[in-house]
Amino acid sequence: MKNKYSIFSLIKNAFSQHENWKQAWGDPEPKREYEAIIIGGGGHGLATAYYLAKKHNMRNIAVLEKGWIGGGNTGRNTTIIRSNYLWDASAGLYDHALKIWENLSQELNYNVMFSQRGVMNLAHNLQDVRDLKRRTHANRLNGIDAVWLSTNQVKEFCPIINTSPDIRYPVLGGTLQRRAGTARHDAVAWGYARGADEMGVDIIQNCEVKGIKRNGDQVEGVETSKGFIKTKKIGVVAAGHSSVIANMAGLRLPLESKPLQALVSEPVKPIIDTVVMSNAVHAYVSQSDKGELVIGAGTDAYVSYTQRGSHDVVEGTLKAILELYPIFSRMKMLRQWGGIVDICPDASPIISKTNIKGLYFNCGWGTGGFKATPGSGDLFAHTIANNEPHELNAAFNLNRFVSGDLVDEHGAAAVAH
Amino acid sequence: MFLINCPYCGERDQSEFSCGGEAHIVRPKQPTELSDDQWAEYLFMRKNIKGIQFERWNHAHGCRKWFNMVRDTSNDKIHAVYKMGEKPPIE
Repeated sequence: MKNKYSIFSLIKNAFSQHENWKQAWGDPEPKREYEAIIIGGGGHGLATAYYLAKKHNMRNIAVLEKGWIGGGNTGRNTTIIRSNYLWDASAGLYDHALKIWENLSQELNYNVMFSQRGVMNLAHNLQDVRDLKRRTHANRLNGIDAVWLSTNQVKEFCPIINTSPDIRYPVLGGTLQRRAGTARHDAVAWGYARGADEMGVDIIQNCEVKGIKRNGDQVEGVETSKGFIKTKKIGVVAAGHSSVIANMAGLRLPLESKPLQALVSEPVKPIIDTVVMSNAVHAYVSQSDKGELVIGAGTDAYVSYTQRGSHDVVEGTLKAILELYPIFSRMKMLRQWGGIVDICPDASPIISKTNIKGLYFNCGWGTGGFKATPGSGDLFAHTIANNEPHELNAAFNLNRFVSGDLVDEHGAAAVAH
Repeated sequence: MFLINCPYCGERDQSEFSCGGEAHIVRPKQPTELSDDQWAEYLFMRKNIKGIQFERWNHAHGCRKWFNMVRDTSNDKIHAVYKMGEKPPIE
């Protein structure tokens, strides 16, 4: 590694006031041709490029990003990582990612601040209790750690929760995945970018894809704001804009793009040392290392690419937060934003080749893509390099909408979509 | 967040409405004769346009009537509202 980060490099650079750190990735102009092009420089796209280079020895590749890397949903999510999904296919997919997360900082020599502080999902009614218990059993059969907590155990694990039986949606229990947690979202993009760049991947920012050139059913290259680039393989990882890219290739996808909102409060001293999610009242909360409460709200019910979202969605979430955590009643919210999430009818992602040769899609992550970043990149790289899916993402093909073999995680995935 | 001019009630807050997704998707006349591909197209595939989109809305907390709307999804600007069964006023 040409510029390995360690305690020694930190000390060495301290002597020069930290002014001589080398740039972590370059700013190259696009070449005329690449072996493969990844459209979208978010976490998933950069991870794809990283694993293509590392595991499949494809070094002549480029990541095209219309803005700056990690500036889309990678920098807009609530950084929750977990793998407690109901169905076998999803459990395999998300736990594959979680296992990579556990060693990611070492692998990338970049601190992604992965913190296994646990994720707790609350049950507020009898149906929640049944669903969450069923999911706990399903998780354990798939080798994923999960436990059911009684109301008292919930209170013990996170004392600031109001477990009074006379609130509108009383806490009847919850599930806990201890291996789950959070990571620093920007660091994930930066770590993968640095790793990919070091292996020769060109990361080209401010380069918007304007068109996809096809010759019959084979892709030939992409039209971009920096000119035409030739390639035989295109991996599209464009999140909310996947349909826009698909449209350029004359393809239709089963996606709808909607704004998903999040907000953070003013920073306070440590008050919540885990992640608490509540499906029924749609309120997620954790605390960042800076001390801000990180709150996830819901999606708007209509298609929009505005990266804003409606006020009533935030209002609904905050009402629920205040009832569950009366201690937060005087906190001020500092920032609110929206990210455009591409939602599949079955709330599961698509990591798949298409009926156009050399065109691959990794999309449909909807409201929960961040947690899957390393696994998604690894499996998508496998799919692109071998032109065949890995066994872990075989179920997440585009053809499932024709065959009817859906991975229906709506309502099963421990979150409301 | 925006205001919607319900063709029956007039201008109301968007939170009173629910969106029914892409408009003018016609139910197949002979469902028994459809191939799996055609079913997938009808059931799941969506235009999901960034730009001018035609969609159905329901005034859920008002008159509860359905109507159509032309909206620019890149900035949420509403270009037209028209009743069910009417032709879109914009191509």
